Amino acid sequence: MSARAGRHLWVAQRVTAMFLGVAVLVHLVTIMVAVRGGLTATEILARTQGATLWFAFYAAFALAAGLHGAIGLRNIAMEWLGWRGRGFDFAWLGIGVVTALFGVRAAWGLYVS
Amino acid sequence: METVPKGENAQTSLKVRVWRGDAAGGEFREYAVPARENQTVLDVVTQIQREIEPDLAYRFACRVGMCGSCAMEVNGRARWTCRTHVKRVAAPGEALEIRPLANLPVIRDLATDMAPFFDKWARAGGTFQPKDAPDGAVPAEFSVVPPESKQRREADAGIECIGCGVCYASCDIVAWNPDYLGPAAMNRAWTLVNDVRDGARRERLEAVSGDAGCHSCHSTQSCTERCPKNLDPSSAIAGLKRTLFWDSLWGRLR
Repeated sequence: MSARAGRHLWVAQRVTAMFLGVAVLVHLVTIMVAVRGGLTATEILARTQGATLWFAFYAAFALAAGLHGAIGLRNIAMEWLGWRGRGFDFAWLGIGVVTALFGVRAAWGLYVS
Repeated sequence: METVPKGENAQTSLKVRVWRGDAAGGEFREYAVPARENQTVLDVVTQIQREIEPDLAYRFACRVGMCGSCAMEVNGRARWTCRTHVKRVAAPGEALEIRPLANLPVIRDLATDMAPFFDKWARAGGTFQPKDAPDGAVPAEFSVVPPESKQRREADAGIECIGCGVCYASCDIVAWNPDYLGPAAMNRAWTLVNDVRDGARRERLEAVSGDAGCHSCHSTQSCTERCPKNLDPSSAIAGLKRTLFWDSLWGRLR
């Protein structure tokens, strides 16, 4: 991987970390507020169905988490296992995208169902 | 194993384990030298070579901490042997263990090949590139550089490096990734990034980017901890990361 691509990955990981720092807080506070009235599927769906802002928030959350995690795992694998090279880079890209898509799909499910 | 020299008893002799070998491999051998009140590790190595093993290979030049040639691993830590008193690293009766610098190919015994270390200085853009004279000629006008300016102070903080390789041998990241530029090369790059007379800022920042560059640093700070000149390569690398982050975000670097 070129030095430029490596730098962009590093920047992406920092930026997603900044976003995730805020997003995790919002997520945790929402959980704490939500469970006060008892946690039911009906209640969750009432909050999320058709709520475009919640969907946008959790879709962005999932994308950031997928990207952030895959970049971090790539670094660990390079340093600890010596897994370097183009093949591994594509594999990590795939893992990041799949992880993010699972999250987006879940958010979409809560939005439309 | 050598016997204790004549006329020395157990109290006055110092046990030394020295790594002997070459690129193919080697082993520790034990020697005994007279223990003196004031002796440096370099004195001990010299004593062994002069009195016991004339073919012991090691490197030194100035003996006073100016040249940066005599660094070795002493009791598990990279140090300048000329500025390390034996009593500072080994309690009375304790043995010394001396091996060549880590993270560098061994030529023979205690002498390592410094070529990869200096090649990385070059790769990190360690050469000053005058702004007005790209061919290296002396510019027509003198630059005015206020010594108290923030940039000059950043550059001055790292300028005293003499390239001894102690930080490089102490760096975990170099051990994990042989391509990693290492603390000294990036410390040098950071002094030049802060040099207002230099014209190769962009190329240098590109050169220290990515997996082999500053972005792999974990800031564990062994380099800063062990630098015999008390420099702070770890902060220099952090400075490079910071600069690259904002330059990337604002599009000053593509």
